[in-house]
Amino acid sequence: MYLRIDGIEKSFIDDRKENVKVLEGINLNVKKGSFVSIVGPSGCGKSTLLYLVAGLDKSDRGEIRVDGNLVTKPGPERVVVFQEAGLFPWLTVLENVTYGLILKKMPKEVAKTKALDVLKMVHLSRYVNSYPHELSGGMKQRVSIARALVMEPDILLMDEPFSALDEQTRMVLHKELLEIWRKTKVTIFFITHNIREAVLLSEEVVVFATRPGRIKEIIPVPTMKDGVTPDSVTLNTEQRILSILQDEIEKVLKEEMGDDYSFKTDHLHRGDSGDMGSHI
Amino acid sequence: MGRILLGFTIAIVVGLILGYFIWRYKLVEDTLGFVVTALQSIPSIVWFPLAIIWFGLNDFSILFIVTIGATWTMTVNATSGFKNVPQLYQRVAKVYGSSGFHFLRTVILPASVPQIISGLRIAWAFSWRALMAGELLGGGGGLGQLLEMGRSLGQMDLVISVMIIIAIIGTIVDNVVFSRLERNVEVKWGIRGRA
Ligand SMILES: Nc1ncnc2c1ncn2[C@@H]1O[C@H](COP(=O)(O)OP(=O)(O)OP(=O)(O)O)[C@@H](O)[C@H]1O
Ligand SMILES: [Mg+2]
Repeated sequence: MYLRIDGIEKSFIDDRKENVKVLEGINLNVKKGSFVSIVGPSGCGKSTLLYLVAGLDKSDRGEIRVDGNLVTKPGPERVVVFQEAGLFPWLTVLENVTYGLILKKMPKEVAKTKALDVLKMVHLSRYVNSYPHELSGGMKQRVSIARALVMEPDILLMDEPFSALDEQTRMVLHKELLEIWRKTKVTIFFITHNIREAVLLSEEVVVFATRPGRIKEIIPVPTMKDGVTPDSVTLNTEQRILSILQDEIEKVLKEEMGDDYSFKTDHLHRGDSGDMGSHI
Repeated sequence: MGRILLGFTIAIVVGLILGYFIWRYKLVEDTLGFVVTALQSIPSIVWFPLAIIWFGLNDFSILFIVTIGATWTMTVNATSGFKNVPQLYQRVAKVYGSSGFHFLRTVILPASVPQIISGLRIAWAFSWRALMAGELLGGGGGLGQLLEMGRSLGQMDLVISVMIIIAIIGTIVDNVVFSRLERNVEVKWGIRGRA
């Protein structure tokens, strides 16, 4: 296995100085070149797990290995795309994209050539010398994806990268991401709130349970050999994930609102927008 | 004018360095942080007698009060600028392998620029007042001295004209230099929308 997450446990101290266990007994194996999504109720520890894989935080117990190497700190082979693009506003698009390369002591000219290549891949060649404040939200997120890809990472960690974007932009970026994934064969670890997005993009959906956060079920997403999956199959998978999540959401709401809360199932029916489950 | 630029530069450098230590070390924050806040509330002209005792009634004393007036404000603003660097920028930098001095230079400092510029603007106001007060009391030439001369000669017109000049220079620097700088930076840093 390529990415090996083994017995991870993580607690935080909350505002009341109490120890809160956020992740418990997380075991997960991800194959090289695969596309894995994580879905789960808000606050179940998805981002926490991603930061652990990124090396931005340390677990209390357990270990994470990539290609056999223990993760102890951030590294250019594991880069993160955050929900907000997080571009440095004082740098141009090009300078943002070359930031990590220059840090790796790559000569400026080589870095520039590479950056221009990836910027072309995300269709931003015309904005190389623009500043982030001149770009739209979708363009910013493209730059942040380019900044990650230019490092030629082994694993691309994405924490709800499209959730701040409008529906149209999101659809375009879905297509672009899938193209990039096929072209570069990078392993993608993708967190989302949107079940439809998870099913559409990934090969496997990991469903999280909450309090403490743990893996409830791993659902494979069926794909046809020709790459076109019939809607009925996709819908079926979505339904399955949704029903697993419903139990979890119900649990959360009960804890928050008291036992007299009765879960209103019809709230979870598919809306017209079709982004089923994006409210979790 | 030379005095104020020099004083200003010193204040920026000292302010940034102090700000760095207060931001970086909890112990320094608990001790020095409080002292700086207290010092900031002292009008800089109050330092003048002390400066005269130390350095005599000369240019150096004026430079001293101009500098000291701006330093504490710069320190306070630099500290809060460093403290308020968005987590996101810090995480991004770490993901791409930045640390130590590189992290400070490429992320913490530039991300604090808007706060530092507001600090400059306030510091300028303090320095300008301190300079005028210092010149008025201490001599060494300059507008303040001219004002004092006008008073002793009983020349109302000279006094009024100097006052107008002081107002004009103060306003120009504040509005043309700092205000514009502040606006440009805020737009670029994404704090304020394009107007
Ligand atoms: N640095 C921290 N200090 C204290 N508590 C934290 C910290 N980071 C996260 N937590 C807590 O850990 C829990 C899980 O947080 P996390 O951000 O991983 O959730 P999430 O699954 O990503 O949620 P969302 O879907 O809303 O992004 C939350 O209850 C949060 O309050
Ligand atoms: Mg999260």
